[in-house]
Amino acid sequence: MKFGVVVFPGSNCDHDAYYSIKHNIGCSVEFLWHKDASIPNDIECILLPGGFSYGDYLRCGAIARFSPIMKEVINFANKGKFIIGICNGFQILTEAKLLPGALVRNENLHFICKDVYLKVINKNTPFSNKIDKDVIKIPIAHGEGRYIADNETLNQLVENNQIVFKYSDELGNINNNINPNGSLLNIAGIINKNRNVLGMMPHPERYSEQLLGGNDGVSIFNSILNFL
Amino acid sequence: MSKYKANIEITLRKSILDVQGKTVEKALHSIGYENISEVRIGKFISLEIESDNQDFALEKVDNACKDLLANPIIEDYKISLEIINQ
Repeated sequence: MKFGVVVFPGSNCDHDAYYSIKHNIGCSVEFLWHKDASIPNDIECILLPGGFSYGDYLRCGAIARFSPIMKEVINFANKGKFIIGICNGFQILTEAKLLPGALVRNENLHFICKDVYLKVINKNTPFSNKIDKDVIKIPIAHGEGRYIADNETLNQLVENNQIVFKYSDELGNINNNINPNGSLLNIAGIINKNRNVLGMMPHPERYSEQLLGGNDGVSIFNSILNFL
Repeated sequence: MSKYKANIEITLRKSILDVQGKTVEKALHSIGYENISEVRIGKFISLEIESDNQDFALEKVDNACKDLLANPIIEDYKISLEIINQ
C-alpha cells in the first residue's frame, strides 16, 4: 500500500509524516506537491500534514483549500479513498467541507504544545481498528484547535459515531478540566459520514517510535493497513 | 465599467466565544475602562472591483466572502460598497 503526503508552502510536519510511514509502518510513500493537478493512481491514502500552510493567512487552511491539488484530494475523497488530516491538515479538511465544523482559536489563546491523552471513542473505523488501548497518548501543537460546530452537526456526529477521539485524562475520563483547547464535547478527531476521511488535531506521526517518547500514533496508521 | 471599493468587516458569529475579544475587554477593565463591554475582534478587508453596476459588484464581493474571505460556519460579514470612478 502506498501513502501520499501533500506538501503545501508552510507545511512543517510533512517530513515527520513521511518518515513515520516509511520507517515506522514500513509502507511506501511519496510527497505530493500542492501545485500537482493529479494524484498517482497507486496512492491509496493521502495525508495532509501539520504546519502553517500559506502562513495561516486569512484563516487556518483557508488558502490551502484552494491549492490545485485540493481539487484532486476532494475527488479522491469522493471516490471513497482514504484521507487523514493532521492538525493543519484537519483545518484544511474543514475548510474544504470534507469534514463538518471548524477549528478556531484555543479557549485560553495559548499555542499549546504538550502530550495529551485521547479516549478512543470509536474503534470501528478504518483509522482506529488496530488501536488496542482505550486511551492513547499523542502530542498536540496548535493555537487554533478548538473544534466548533452547530448543535445539529454535533448531534449528527454523535448519532453517526463520527467522533473518533476525545481529549481525556490518563484513565479515559472526559471532562472540561482536561480539555486543552475548549473543543466542544472534548472533540480531538472526527471522521466523515462515509468513514474515509479522518481529521485530528493531535500528531500521531510525532509519537510513532519509542525514542520520540511514545509510539501510540503507529496504531492509527496500522489501522488503515489492516483495513485495506 | 466602473470601479468600486468594498470594505468588508468579518467577525466571529455571536454564538461563538470570542476569546480575543474577552481578553481585550478584561485588559480594558484593568486599566480603568470599566464601562466597556461586548468587545469583539474581527478582520477588516478592503478591495477594489470593476463591474458594470453596483448590484453586480456587490454580488461578486458577496460570493467572494462566501467562497474564501469568510467562513460562514464561524463568521458573519458585512459589506459596504462605494463607487470610486465611473
